[in-house]
Amino acid sequence: MAQAFTKAMARNIFYGGTAFFFLLFLALTFQTHSVVPQRDNHQAISDLVAKGKQVWEEHDCIGCHTLLGEGAYFAPELGNVYKRFGNSTDAIKAFIASRPENGVPGRRSMPQFHLSDEELTAVAEFLKYVSGIKTSRNWPPTPQG
Amino acid sequence: MKYQSQQVAKLYFIAAIGLFVGQILFGLIIGAQYIWGDFLFPQLPFNQARAVHTNLLIVWLIFGFMGAAYYLVPEEAETDLVMPWLARLMFWIFLAAGAATILGYIFLPYADLAKLTHNELWPTMGREFLEQPTITKLGIVVVALAFLANIGLTILKGRKTVINLVLMMGLTGLAVFFLFSFFNPTNLVWDKYYWWWVVHLWVEGVWELILGSILAFILIKTTGVDREVIEKWLYVIIAMTLITGIVGTGHHYYWIGTPEFWQWWGSIFSAMEPIPFFMMTVFAFNMVNKRRRNHPNKAAVLWALGTAVMAFLGAGVWGFLHTLAPVNYYTHGTQITAAHGHMAFYGAYVMINLAMISYAMPLLRGREAANSNRSQVWEMWGFWLMTISIVFITLFLTAAGILQVYLQRFSDNPMPFMEAQSKIVLFYDLRELTGLVFLIGLVVYIASFFVGAKEAEAKTDGEEVVTA
Ligand code: HEC
Ligand code: HEM
Ligand code: HEM
Ligand SMILES: [Fe+2]
Repeated sequence: MAQAFTKAMARNIFYGGTAFFFLLFLALTFQTHSVVPQRDNHQAISDLVAKGKQVWEEHDCIGCHTLLGEGAYFAPELGNVYKRFGNSTDAIKAFIASRPENGVPGRRSMPQFHLSDEELTAVAEFLKYVSGIKTSRNWPPTPQG
Repeated sequence: MKYQSQQVAKLYFIAAIGLFVGQILFGLIIGAQYIWGDFLFPQLPFNQARAVHTNLLIVWLIFGFMGAAYYLVPEEAETDLVMPWLARLMFWIFLAAGAATILGYIFLPYADLAKLTHNELWPTMGREFLEQPTITKLGIVVVALAFLANIGLTILKGRKTVINLVLMMGLTGLAVFFLFSFFNPTNLVWDKYYWWWVVHLWVEGVWELILGSILAFILIKTTGVDREVIEKWLYVIIAMTLITGIVGTGHHYYWIGTPEFWQWWGSIFSAMEPIPFFMMTVFAFNMVNKRRRNHPNKAAVLWALGTAVMAFLGAGVWGFLHTLAPVNYYTHGTQITAAHGHMAFYGAYVMINLAMISYAMPLLRGREAANSNRSQVWEMWGFWLMTISIVFITLFLTAAGILQVYLQRFSDNPMPFMEAQSKIVLFYDLRELTGLVFLIGLVVYIASFFVGAKEAEAKTDGEEVVTA
């Protein structure tokens, strides 16, 4: 690089640029905090939904599925599964409860988790809550996720 | 090697390579489950094997970074490590905690692991890459603090160099942003929002500082180019990294319930994220062209140039491919993401670790500068086999991803996920076969540590080097 551009200048750009853009990022985060409550469906968060999120996490559902497009790509997107299943938590519960112990031969399989009825209800309610989060352009593009 | 205490790096490097082997074996297992859905089911469900694959990756990369720091920091600071015993102790603690966690993923249903480790007391488990039990996460923090204290005090005691300073900032950032893994609100939008402060601000933020400083160190050592020049480059590269990469986090805030304005901020800033990677490529080739000597460790130079190229391809090109919001609308959470994840991680962080190991290991094992010619030839075969394999894995996953997007999200009659997957198995077959070649490459690479070990060191063949 040209002599006129010194190491000290490069260093100052690094510190100044980092500080500036980190502050900008914090400002955008702050702005996000003020807008998100209009879209995050927080009014649907109940104790049951909180419990459902814990069931979701403690069975590592994200290790096979995506949720709003993040996770693993082995099994269907579940952010909109409530809608895909005809707006029915019962259908979700029935699906999870009916997984065969030894899987479906030759097909990618979901484990039988032996969830209690309360846990099933909770995780289904959690998925219902997620489907109510308002995503930009109503992502995912199609009901298939 | 100039300081006895640098020797602790060897432990870390050996563990890193061992865990790397485990990572690839589990990659092949989940790759097989993509083809034969019931493979190992229900003994080892996909999610648990996947957690082994990704967690081993992260852990071995961090072992490698720590080893690199223990080697590089004393040499740059021109003083022994202040507490080599602590580095040894932390090595065993980290290895034991890591091994226990991995065994837990393999042998316990995940829900049992959560119960056993009392996840309910402070729920942090069950999120991608952060699957570790809370107690393991706390252990990681302890190890990280001891590590930072050790190298931090060494840096304070000795000569201050830009490389040490940048490395220290990167490693401190790694530890600081990991703290967000303890924040897990019920509100899914915020959970996801701050989850990215670990994942994105790591790989597209502070880890790039680690990458840049290690690369700069290797280039100084192998090319003999003036430190002033290299340090200036390093500052410019990391400046561009953070100027683009911090706000670039917005490319993950398109579809998770966050406001629309992120589509602009995320697209514009992340579209510039390839710049620092491109600069790294130019930097590495420039320095090697301007070299004042021919270093006999040709393999190390190959890895250094390789990482510069492959990081640009994987992170820069494959990242750019799906980073603009209108594209990401279709590709979000598909095999396109997996394609990019593989080449970016390999190109940037696997290869920089292997570059450092390649440079340092011969010295740690008592060589003057380099391994024997035969050993280096094997190492370079490992380089090409692994690198070409990852290129093809990426291409096959990209093809799978394009078809997936078309079938499931773009065509007039969108297909259900499982049906679309069944149409693209061919590419998963090809990915798995290529993965086997990768494994062969890894075996050849490891063999290079043993073949020609008793032969004389490679010498530079008296080529003329034009000094500029
Ligand atoms: C080992 C991988 C795996 C894990 C872990 C897993 N699933 Fe699944 N899941 C699947 C697969 C594979 C399918 C598709 C099954 C099929 O179509 O035959 C599926 C399908 C579903 C469906 C139906 C989706 C649809 O559109 O047809 C729901 C709902 C579901 N899973 C919920 C869950 C929940 C809740 C958890 C966590 C408690 C979970 N899954 C954990 C693999 C998994
Ligand atoms: C060589 C054989 C390999 C095979 C067969 C393989 C296979 C896989 C599979 C099947 C997944 C899960 C995808 C999903 O979520 O559905 C995965 C994820 C992942 N692998 Fe590999 N892998 C291999 C090598 C590697 C290497 C060398 C790296 C690192 C450089 C790597 C890094 C990752 C990462 C980061 C993820 C998470 C990806 C994401 O979430 O987008 N893998 N791998
Ligand atoms: C070395 C640096 C990088 C690494 C290791 C890396 C790795 C990854 C991984 C593993 C994921 C998947 C995360 C998940 O599981 O959800 C991901 C996602 C993503 N990366 Fe990168 N990345 C890097 C750099 C970049 C750059 C420079 C860009 C942009 C130019 C980029 C753009 C993206 C985008 C847009 C996604 C989201 C994909 C989706 O919507 O599903 N990445 N990256
Ligand atoms: Fe990112």
